[in-house]
Amino acid sequence: MNEQGNFSVTVRVWRQAGPEEPGKMVSYPVRDVSPDMSFLEMLDILNDNLLKTGEQPITFESDCREGICGSCGLVVNGDVHGPDEHSTVCQLHMRRFKNGDVITVEPWRVKTFPVLKDLAVDRSALDRLIAAGGFISTDTGAAQDANSVAVEKDDAEEAMDAAACIGCGACVVACPNGAAMLFTGAKVSHLALLPQGGPQRTQRALGMVAAMDREGFGNCSNEYECEAVCPKDVKAANIARLNREFLLANLTAKR
Amino acid sequence: MKLDAKIPAGPIEKKWDSHKFDLKLVNPSNRRKFDVLIVGSGLAGASAAASLGELGYNVKVFTLHDSPRRAHSIAAQGGINAAKNYPNDGDSVWRLFHDTVKGGDYRAREANVYRLAQISNQIIDHCAAIGVPFGREYGGLLSNRSFGGAQVSRTFYSRGQTGQQLLLGAYSAMMRQVAAGTVTLLPRREMVDVVIKNGQARGITARNLLTGEIESYAGHAVLLCTGGYANAFYLSTNAASCNVSAAWAAFKRGAGFANPCFTQIHPTCIPRSGEHQSKLTLMSESLRNDGRVWVPKAKGDARQPNDIPEAERDYFLERRYPAFGNLVPRDIASRAAKTVVDAGFGAGATGQSVYLDFRDAITRKGADKIKDAYGNLFDMYYQITDENGYKTPMRIYPAPHYTMGGLWVDYNLMTTIPGLFAMGEANFSDHGANRLGASALMQGLADGFFIAPSTVSGYLASGKFETAAPGDKEFSESAAQIQERINRLLAVKGKKTPSELHRQLGNVMWHDAGMGRSETSLKKAMKKIPEIREEFWKNIAVSGSAGDFNQPLEKAMKVADFIEFSELFVRDALERKESCGGHFRDESCTAEGEARRDDENFSHASVWEYQGEGRAALLNKEPLTFEHIKMAERSYK
Repeated sequence: MNEQGNFSVTVRVWRQAGPEEPGKMVSYPVRDVSPDMSFLEMLDILNDNLLKTGEQPITFESDCREGICGSCGLVVNGDVHGPDEHSTVCQLHMRRFKNGDVITVEPWRVKTFPVLKDLAVDRSALDRLIAAGGFISTDTGAAQDANSVAVEKDDAEEAMDAAACIGCGACVVACPNGAAMLFTGAKVSHLALLPQGGPQRTQRALGMVAAMDREGFGNCSNEYECEAVCPKDVKAANIARLNREFLLANLTAKR
Repeated sequence: MKLDAKIPAGPIEKKWDSHKFDLKLVNPSNRRKFDVLIVGSGLAGASAAASLGELGYNVKVFTLHDSPRRAHSIAAQGGINAAKNYPNDGDSVWRLFHDTVKGGDYRAREANVYRLAQISNQIIDHCAAIGVPFGREYGGLLSNRSFGGAQVSRTFYSRGQTGQQLLLGAYSAMMRQVAAGTVTLLPRREMVDVVIKNGQARGITARNLLTGEIESYAGHAVLLCTGGYANAFYLSTNAASCNVSAAWAAFKRGAGFANPCFTQIHPTCIPRSGEHQSKLTLMSESLRNDGRVWVPKAKGDARQPNDIPEAERDYFLERRYPAFGNLVPRDIASRAAKTVVDAGFGAGATGQSVYLDFRDAITRKGADKIKDAYGNLFDMYYQITDENGYKTPMRIYPAPHYTMGGLWVDYNLMTTIPGLFAMGEANFSDHGANRLGASALMQGLADGFFIAPSTVSGYLASGKFETAAPGDKEFSESAAQIQERINRLLAVKGKKTPSELHRQLGNVMWHDAGMGRSETSLKKAMKKIPEIREEFWKNIAVSGSAGDFNQPLEKAMKVADFIEFSELFVRDALERKESCGGHFRDESCTAEGEARRDDENFSHASVWEYQGEGRAALLNKEPLTFEHIKMAERSYK
C-alpha cells in the first residue's frame, strides 16, 4: 500500500487530428490523482474532463488492461511502455509519479506504424508478417493424437518464452533501425523449436524476412533495445535464431 | 417463437456422428461461391474462419480491434479441459460430460454437452499440431493440472497464458487462410446490425471505426462470435471493448436471447481499490490448486495476515466443503467469500476481500515450483497492488467474469433466425447456470474448429438463396436506422460521459442483480434502469462527429445497448424464482445457505423474444430433460 495521498500532475501529450494532419504537444493538468490508479485510468479521468468541457478526448488504444492483448502502447517520458521494466503501459501505476510531475506522452513513432489519431497508430504490418509464414499448415481434423509427438520439455519451455510475444510493437519502436526482428524472431523461434514446425521452417524464414523488407522494417544492428523494452521479456537470442534459420533456409531452399 | 433444438435421434454417444452424416455437404468446387460473414475474431471466430477457409468458403472476418489477435480470449489464463485421461486418473468423455452438466447445475442441454466432451480431445490434438506450446512433462508428453469442479486432472495449459496461446494458434491458422485468399480481414469494424432478407440473415451493417462510414456486407450466412456481456456490470474482468451490442442487435431482429441473467462471478480477482477503477483483474483459478483461502476468525481483525496464527484463521472453503476444499466450482467459492465478507470477517483495509495464501504450498514445494507454475500471476498481482504474494497472502474478491446466457441456438448453433449462427460465449451455450473453469476455451474452439464446418455447410447446402447485395433496400434501411441513432446520440450534447452513465448502471447491476438477488432488489433495479436510460438520452456527452475515429461515440453506442439489455437481464432474474449455479435468489436456499433449485418449475432455458421498442419481451421456454444424468442437489461437501 502506498502512503502517498492524492496528487496533481501535468500531462503533455501529442495531439494529431488525423493521419495527414499536423500534430503538436498540448499540456493538460490532472488533479486528484490516486497513487493506486493505473496510468491509463489517469488518462480516462483527463478524457472525461475534456469531454465534459466539449473538447475532443485524447484517442489512445487499450483493451484488456492486464498486459496481454497488446493494444496499448505509449511512450511515457521517453520510455517505450513507460518506466517499469518488462511491462505494458496499462500496468503502469501512478504510484511511480509524484505531485507536480510533468509527464510527456507520445505515440509509437516509426514509419511502419503511421499515426491514425493522437496516440493511436496502425500496426497492421505485424499481421501481414504473420500471414507471410507465421503458422503451421495443418488443416483442422488432420492431427494425430497429441501425445504421439514428444517434445523435450526444455524446448517446449523455450518455445513458450518466444510465443509469449503480445504483438504490441514496442520492439520496433525502441529499435534505432525500426526493425521487427524481435517480433519475427520470436515467431520463427517458437515454431522452429517445436517438431511440428519443422517441415515449413525454410519457407517460413524466407517468407517472413521478405515480408519485413516489403513492409519497410529495418535490420538488426545488435542494440538490444528491443529486448530491454519487451513487456514479455522476449530475448534477443530469438533474433540470432532467426538469422540462423534464414541462413540455413538460403542454403537449403528447394525452391 | 418456435424453439426446435433439433437434437438428433439415437443414443447420446452416436448423435453427433450420425448428425454429421445426415447434414448435407457442399461440393468442394461450389464452396467458394458461398460468402460467410464472421463477426469477432476470438477463439470461436478465428477458429471458425480458419476451418471454413480451409474448406474453401469465401470468408470475411470483422473485428472491432486493430488486429484479430487482440480479442479477449487472449486473456484467459488457466487452461483448457479435455477428456484425454493421460494422467490415468479415471477421466473419460462420460465423466467430462457429467461434470459439466452437474457443474452447470442441470440447466444445459445434455446432447450439446456430450458433443462438447467428445470434441474436447480433438481440440488438443489439433492445437498441439498447429504449434500451441502446451506445458509438458520431462518425458516430452503433455502435462495436466486440476481445476475447480473436477476430481481429475484434465486441464491442459500454457503456463498462465493458455488463452493467449490458443488464440494465437487459431489466429495463425486464420492468417494462413488470409494468405491463401479464402479469408478477408476487416479490422476496426463494429457490427451494428444484422440484415434480414426473406427471413434469412443475409448480411451485416458495420461501422468503420476509423472513418465512421456505415458499411453494408452481404453473405449467405452470418456467424456471431462476439463474446459475452459481463461489462453490463461496468466493473468486470472483461476487456474494455467487450459488449452486448452485436447480440442485442440480433435480438432486436428476432433472435431469441436465452438465460440473460446467468452470469459467472469469478472468485479469484484482485479487489477494487477506488472509484477510478476501470476494470477488475482476474487471476487464474488454478491458483486455488496451491493457494488456501481464508479470513480471520475474529471480526474486523486488523492484524497483518502473517501475524494471525493458524488457530485464528478460518479456511472457510475447506471447512464447508471438505471433499473439494479450495477447488469447489466458481459460483460456490464466490458466494462463500461474499458470505464471510458480508458477515464482517473480510480481510484487508477495506474488509472487501479474502486471503489467498501460498505459505503452505511454498513450504511444501519450494518457492521455485510455485514461481514456475504461477510466476506471471504473482508479477501481475505485484504490479497492481504493490504487494508481494510470495511473502504476504494475496487479497482476492469475486468479480463478474463470464456470461453463460446468450443468443439461443439449436444443436447446429443456429439462432432462431435462419442463417444466423452464434458461437463461443455469445451463445447460451453448454455451461448451463455455471461454467466450470477451463471450459470456455474448450467450447469456443469446439464451436469454431469442429462444429461450424459441419453445421454451417449443412445450412448452406440445404438453403435456398435469392440474390442479396448491399444495394438492396434491406441493407439501406438498416444503414439509415443506424445513422439516425448516431445522429440522435450526437445531438444530445449533455453533461454526463458514457463512462459515468456506464458506472451508474454497473452499480445498480452489481448491488441489485449481482451475486445475491432477491425479489426486492431486482424490483428496485427494474425501477432504476429505465431512469438511467432516460437520463442517458437526455444528458449524454459525446463530442466529435459521426464521420471520424470517435472513441466516445463508440463507447456511448455500447452503453446505450447495455442499458437496454440490462432491463431484460433483470427481468429474467426476477422471473427465475429459483437459485441455480451463478444465479442465486436469496429466497431460494437450503438451511446451510446453498442454492436450492426448483426443477419442477424451472428446468428450462428461458428464451426471450423481442416485441418492439417500448414493449416487454415475451418469455418462451425450452424444456430441459435429463435422460443420462440424474438430477441431484449439487454437492461438493
